[in-house]
Amino acid sequence: MKAFATLLDRLVFTPSRNGKLTLLADYFRDTPDPDRGYGLAALAGGLDLKGVKPAMLRDLVLERMDPILFQYSYDYVGDLAETISLVWDGGAKDTIDDEHQPRLGEVVTRMNSLGRTEVRSAVRDLLDRLDPSSRFAFLKLATGSLRIGVSARLAKQALSDMSGKDVTEIETLWHGLAPPYEPLFAWLEGRAEKPVLATPAIFHSVMLANPVEEGDLQKIDPLDYAAEWKWDGIRVQMSSYSGTKKLYSRSGDDITGAFPDIVAAINFEGVIDGELLVGGTVRSSSPTRTFSDLQQRLNRKTVTAKMLDEYPAFVRAYDLLFQGDMDIRARSFFERRDRLAGIIEGAPHDRFDLSQLVPFTTWEELDSLRIAPPEPVIEGVMIKRKDSPYQAGRLKGPWFKWKRDPYNIDAVMLYAQRGHGKRSSYYSDFTFGVWAETPDGEELVPVGKAYFGFTDAELEVLDKFVRDNTVDRFGPVRAVRAEPCFGFVLEVAFEGINRSTRHKSGVAMRFPRIARLRQDKLPRDADRLSTLTAMLGAKTGQG
Amino acid sequence: MKPEALLHPTPAGLFCPIGRFHVDPVRPVERALITHGHSDHARAGHAKVLATRQTLDIMRLRYGDDFCSGEQAAAFGEEIDIEGVRVSFHPAGHVLGSAQIAIEKDGLRIVVSGDYKRGIDPTCAPFVPVACDVFITEATFGLPVFHHPDPKEEIAKLLTSLKQFPERSHLIGAYALGKAQRVIRLIRDCGYSEPIFIHGALAKLCEYYVGEGIDLGDIRPATIEKSSPAAFRGAVVVGPPSAFQDRWARRFNEPLIAFASGWMMVRQRAKQGGVELPLVISDHCDWPELLATIEEIGPSEVWVTHGREEALVRWCELKNIPARPLHLVGYEDEGD
Repeated sequence: MKAFATLLDRLVFTPSRNGKLTLLADYFRDTPDPDRGYGLAALAGGLDLKGVKPAMLRDLVLERMDPILFQYSYDYVGDLAETISLVWDGGAKDTIDDEHQPRLGEVVTRMNSLGRTEVRSAVRDLLDRLDPSSRFAFLKLATGSLRIGVSARLAKQALSDMSGKDVTEIETLWHGLAPPYEPLFAWLEGRAEKPVLATPAIFHSVMLANPVEEGDLQKIDPLDYAAEWKWDGIRVQMSSYSGTKKLYSRSGDDITGAFPDIVAAINFEGVIDGELLVGGTVRSSSPTRTFSDLQQRLNRKTVTAKMLDEYPAFVRAYDLLFQGDMDIRARSFFERRDRLAGIIEGAPHDRFDLSQLVPFTTWEELDSLRIAPPEPVIEGVMIKRKDSPYQAGRLKGPWFKWKRDPYNIDAVMLYAQRGHGKRSSYYSDFTFGVWAETPDGEELVPVGKAYFGFTDAELEVLDKFVRDNTVDRFGPVRAVRAEPCFGFVLEVAFEGINRSTRHKSGVAMRFPRIARLRQDKLPRDADRLSTLTAMLGAKTGQG
Repeated sequence: MKPEALLHPTPAGLFCPIGRFHVDPVRPVERALITHGHSDHARAGHAKVLATRQTLDIMRLRYGDDFCSGEQAAAFGEEIDIEGVRVSFHPAGHVLGSAQIAIEKDGLRIVVSGDYKRGIDPTCAPFVPVACDVFITEATFGLPVFHHPDPKEEIAKLLTSLKQFPERSHLIGAYALGKAQRVIRLIRDCGYSEPIFIHGALAKLCEYYVGEGIDLGDIRPATIEKSSPAAFRGAVVVGPPSAFQDRWARRFNEPLIAFASGWMMVRQRAKQGGVELPLVISDHCDWPELLATIEEIGPSEVWVTHGREEALVRWCELKNIPARPLHLVGYEDEGD
């Protein structure tokens, strides 16, 4: 447990991706089986551990502690697991050395073998035998609230870093394996052959597209490529084999439970790549609906009948990886697409359709189609090489995405916060606002936050402005001068806009970034909130 | 005599009306007794100052030769008579020169502990328990959440990180008086012998510590001269925490910010400060040490000064020890 606890402590404070990778790879290299496998499962979100209720933990701590002293402590720390890990009086602070603390593997095995009435005393005993930082790790695992900014993908990248094996290969195996992943580690360390998958109905790493950049299209021939609309949904992978039906997100998260409507309609075997959307398919009469409608269905473990009815989901299929149990990823895009078309033809028409090709002969022609798509839920076009195999990862050349220009507004910098790592001495996180009519008259209201999009040279300019024009400080945050005739105007680009009840302004931007510094403009020239709400109206109105 | 007649809080700080002196006053006074050199306890502008020689030296370094108009040095254990009140200084183990002050009259003895700790610190004399009727304790870390680990384990984390991230400059935030020198000494004791670079604000005090016989090894100024950030690749740099948010920090290669403080015990607190490597190293007592000290001294009454008074007063109540908070103002919560 000690090694895992130390890793967590470091990960929590390490903002940089590379720093996290180093810490993870070192942990996987230095920690023995099966502990590291359970650690990997905990980080990648696949650890099954008997849960402990906060109320029981509170009871346990109060068996030995004055409730008022506990309350003072909890008020100060603000997190139950952390408070208990710190105040726990095991009387053993100095008596247990690292060697004799329970190991992560032991903790998992023991917790999962407990009967309902045994949990209380087992948790008490474990808390007594762990040091404070291990207690924290244990409590976070047992209460299911491990939030440390490590994705499953990052953990797999660390496995790749430690072994030199390709992350795609690891990804391909991932869903066929289970904690504590001993065969996986044996293969990574060259002690055994690559594990063999029992079924293709697992997640396979997806093929990704590169954005079209200046000059890219001049180098390629439009005749070699096909185009499809790029729909504003989420990328999914459907697996079906021998009665096992799964739906995965593009990062490999199992989202089967949230989409029973789709899963129930699967009547084929194989692995299909496509876009998850809400509304009607091409073959039904109702239109495809917006991303904000789709969001109603996302991040849910279960779904109500009402949701299913109001927000029906479907998959717009665009690729086929396995037909039955036959791996066809090495075949050409057109061949795969032909086979896919046959499958979709025989699948329920309200839940599946085939992503249509967009005919074009020149890039200019495709450009004009891209700028004025026939439906608002389209965010651009995909360009795919007709003879390309399905290759996991983001290779440059076979697939491109050519998006409609993102939305732009001019906003005024309101607050700035220091960044992390390399940027820790720079003010690099900016909250910006636009003008709105308020009871107190015309005011700047915050509408979003952006922390990238600018160059290093631009960052110097922004940082200097913040330091020279700070008017107030709130902890790490500085408020800067923002008046009609003095302030800093930022051109903010973003991918979309949704209504939000969480933000004061009533809108939330997707993926905002700073496109340009507009030192040529004064804050009074910046946009108004009505411009943003109009974008909202235009979008949902047509959707 | 009631203890309050011998010593009681006033807006300027603790005051002894019989001896007509203040202890660690926060405003200029006629006669000040100073426990230690941290700027919230030792201020400039008093007429007469009584303190240990090292504390007087430190005040002179910080405020200049005219920091007061008349100074008197107190040796540990020496009894000094001020207007019929017997006063003596005893080691507090907080920083170099730090002292507790015992104040005695007609068989009643009050000990003002100032800031103190019980852990091992090779850079200052260790705390000596002094029997008394009233013990005035600080409560900077007066909550059951504070358990300071062995500082050597914390330094081991730093040394591990230097191996894991050999390209990054490790910047350690540490207060200029006491903590900085203790951290450098700890790093040396853990076997690290490379040069350690220090911020200019630490130079005079480090030099003073070395002059007092505390070996800090090879310490060099972290100045740029003509060198590039590469010059500090993988180096250990110690400076006041405020400097790391400043342009000063840009001279270093991918700086990794560490902070040596008892506050680092609480994760959220460390995160808010942008710290990547929290080092829980404190010059104050943690909760078990506060309790153990009160039990060891066994005073008939406990007065609690700055910090989280309410929890310590609550604990005393549970133990049937009369206790009250003094609500003194002007001492910094952050002073660790």
